[in-house]
Amino acid sequence: MRRDIFQAIADPTRRAIIALIALQAMTPNAIADNFHSTRQSVSKHLRILTECELVKQEQQGREIYYSLEIKKLKEVDKWLNQFRKLWETRFNQLDNVLSTMKKQKK
Amino acid sequence: MKNNLQFDFTVDKPSKTVYVTREFNAELPLVWDAFTKQEILDQWWAPKPWASKTKFMDFKPGGRRFYAMVSPEGQEHWSIQDFTSVSPTTNFKFVDAFADKDQVINTEFPSSEWDLNFIEQNNTTTVKIIVKHKTLASLEQILQMGFEGGFTMTLNELEVLLQNLKSK
Repeated sequence: MRRDIFQAIADPTRRAIIALIALQAMTPNAIADNFHSTRQSVSKHLRILTECELVKQEQQGREIYYSLEIKKLKEVDKWLNQFRKLWETRFNQLDNVLSTMKKQKK
Repeated sequence: MKNNLQFDFTVDKPSKTVYVTREFNAELPLVWDAFTKQEILDQWWAPKPWASKTKFMDFKPGGRRFYAMVSPEGQEHWSIQDFTSVSPTTNFKFVDAFADKDQVINTEFPSSEWDLNFIEQNNTTTVKIIVKHKTLASLEQILQMGFEGGFTMTLNELEVLLQNLKSK
């Protein structure tokens, strides 16, 4: 199974978890309290998020806290920006095509 | 003049929807043709040095455009656009998919729904494109096929620019 940022944000529960822990580091129990799903299911999502390197774990006393890897989220923005550039290039080419078409019409 | 033309690109991540709005310095019928006639589409759809090659385009509801993005090395990446709605000259919609050279759809990548709107005002035409993706990962495939070329070109231009600066 693919383990990257896109896999991480593909699931609504995982997106909700990301939103939760973006504000503060939380224990798995505290995260699970926000969902109707089982503790196991939340653990599974946390495992996937960890494997996607989007969240990091930190041991504090007896508890494990999960928090967000902000750097990873920025990757998505960087990647989306490439897509923006694709459209820019495409449209600049269309500008040239349109200006040629206009000349031909005259 | 080109620089004054509006260009917006936004992505709503939760709904996996891409919004692209661009203004063109041309009348509506011309812009409409550029988006809906294969011989014109092929002139700009692929970022250079990639080329767009449309094998056929049956522009009507239920019709299909079958085309390839061709790399400079001649490698072909085939795609399908199935038109679901056509309202000349204001709107058309299609569902896209990746395919092989025999129009067999690649189910590994989910299809996206496209909605294109054309509005004319004061001799300029604004095109609003809404693309709904089932997963943002499918964008990645588009990038790999279509964008590589455009990005390489940008890098090449940067290199030339840097060379020029250096020689000064």
